Amino acid sequence: MSHVIPYIAAIQEAIREEMERDERVLYFGQNMATSPEDPFLKQFGPDRVRVTPISETAEIGMATGAAVAGYRPVVELYMAEFLLVATDQVVNEGTRFHFMSKGAVSVPMVMVAGYGFTAGWAGQHTGSIYGMFMGVPGLKVALPSTPADAKGLMTTAIRDDNPVLFFQNYLLLLEEGEVPDGEHAVPFGVADVKRSGSDLTLVATGYAVHTALGAAESLARRGVSVEVIDPRTIAPLDVDTILSSVARTGHLVLVDQATRHSSVAAVIAAEVAELGFSSLEAPISMVTALDSSIAYSKPVEEFVLPDEHKVVRAVEASLGLAPASS
Amino acid sequence: MAGGGTGDPGGGAGDPGGGAEDPGGGALDAAAAERLLATMWRIRAFEERLEPLKRSSMVHGLTHLSIGQEAVAAGVCTQLRDDEPVYSNHRANGHALAKGVDMGKLLAELMGRADGCCRGLGGSMHVVDVAHGFLGATGVVGGNLPFAVGSALASRLLGRARPAVVFFGDGAAQTGIFAETVNLASLWQVPVVFVCENNGFAEFTPRSAHTRVERVSDLAAPFCVAARTVDGNDVVEVHGAFADALSQARAGSGPYLLECLTHRLSGHYVGDPGGYRAALEDEAWRARDPIARLVRQAAAAGWFDAEHARAAEAAARDEVEAAVAFALGSPFPDPSIPAELTYARS
Repeated sequence: MSHVIPYIAAIQEAIREEMERDERVLYFGQNMATSPEDPFLKQFGPDRVRVTPISETAEIGMATGAAVAGYRPVVELYMAEFLLVATDQVVNEGTRFHFMSKGAVSVPMVMVAGYGFTAGWAGQHTGSIYGMFMGVPGLKVALPSTPADAKGLMTTAIRDDNPVLFFQNYLLLLEEGEVPDGEHAVPFGVADVKRSGSDLTLVATGYAVHTALGAAESLARRGVSVEVIDPRTIAPLDVDTILSSVARTGHLVLVDQATRHSSVAAVIAAEVAELGFSSLEAPISMVTALDSSIAYSKPVEEFVLPDEHKVVRAVEASLGLAPASS
Repeated sequence: MAGGGTGDPGGGAGDPGGGAEDPGGGALDAAAAERLLATMWRIRAFEERLEPLKRSSMVHGLTHLSIGQEAVAAGVCTQLRDDEPVYSNHRANGHALAKGVDMGKLLAELMGRADGCCRGLGGSMHVVDVAHGFLGATGVVGGNLPFAVGSALASRLLGRARPAVVFFGDGAAQTGIFAETVNLASLWQVPVVFVCENNGFAEFTPRSAHTRVERVSDLAAPFCVAARTVDGNDVVEVHGAFADALSQARAGSGPYLLECLTHRLSGHYVGDPGGYRAALEDEAWRARDPIARLVRQAAAAGWFDAEHARAAEAAARDEVEAAVAFALGSPFPDPSIPAELTYARS
């Protein structure tokens, strides 16, 4: 059985259920729990649910300290770019603690950050910056594309004994989808095949999963069978599922809203080029944002970002198809 | 000239004085009072028109309004020369207009048009007009506080006495960069004026949930920085306090922190549901509307009469309609411009 809820509600459902299950889970951050009527505040009280000042460095560092002491904090950071203010805390403090203490200390915490508000929020609020955190040892990165994955990945993130960056997409927050009833945990490092196909493999991350699915649907109407894979977590990254799909299709197109050289697509392309080269019947193609800041003006914003049309063109090129008349 | 020209609103080579006429400062006279009124009405009329434009999607992106806070922008910016730079924050429209940014180009920017002051690339949070010394804004709270220290430092290195001003909100005072910046400005005695618009809210969160420090100006003394708190809805008081700070800064003194207590009469951004605003006492603040107060003060002081005030409002609204026509007549930019603008050409 399942129920239909928006992506944001699915995330909140996971946090609430984990807070009910484990009293060590704390929840604090910016612009939350500002009213006594806040449902989390009412249910769990001000010791476990707190609004913070605009102090990202201290928020994340405090979460690290609380995690070391045995709690499991979830930190709401609001916008992904605000993480950058506290880059040391995100990248170089809590993430190193377990390793440098020969495993004596672990840091179970979740940092929640929204990304990709590509609706005129301009240069500092629209980036898909998750790629830059992929190579940080000790840090796990979840990137859900559906309400079910959002809930399941948040559940797993809270239970994980490591720092986890949980990137929620702003334009998906109100999108509804089915979420399994009861406890729902999605394992990290296990990709999901969002659509099965046999002619070409599309791998897409986060918001771009929907771009890829839209392209796959329009290609299906032309008799082209495209498989769409969503890694769901980019650290750890499930390369095996991608390799086995490419072994069947021989064609790989990667779709990512991040800038090309800081994208998950670039990492997957490198992995498949090294480990799956013999399967490839055409060059790997990446459909990403351009290596540019995102403009405020709508036509320029659209020009920089990947879209279904660009994905379809890349698929046509990989398969040697004549472009559809548009 | 040292360094990149755009960071130096002193303008182009060969124009070290900046060329702008000194708009003055000091005690308020009728002409200055009229300028403050006109500036506040221009901001108010612009933003009142902006809200329906945003709601009808003529304005594309995120839009923060400063209705109710106009006295701070007017009281500060109208005293500055073009070569005395201002840095702003996400709530930038008022600062930009008061600093001299053309209203049509500002609105075109907010509509994402090619004739916008940043060709539509920046939007409301990132307006830049180098010619008028308006060096932009940041969408990350506190992110540009130290830019002002750098500008003022550069001005000193260039042998000028051109203070820099940075606007910030009370929410920014809780960021680490605030403490770092104020300390550095104090240590090096850089002529920068930190202007805090304390509207009691950091985004959606009241000040009481952020800090036990009652006034942002209380944070200055530990860094040996002079500070003052004024009624930010009294443009005469803001003007006078900033005039003092500015004259000291122009004379080469170190940093100064001016805290202006004010209140925004609208949400954090257009579309903000505003559920947190129930207890905000908007009505009490409406009674302290900075424009109406100046009109009363002007009548008492003999600066101008009610008829002049009505004419100022009408002129502002006419200017806004002309700006709307200009912006709507501007095309959207060539979408390929990011390629040429991602890097500066050396």
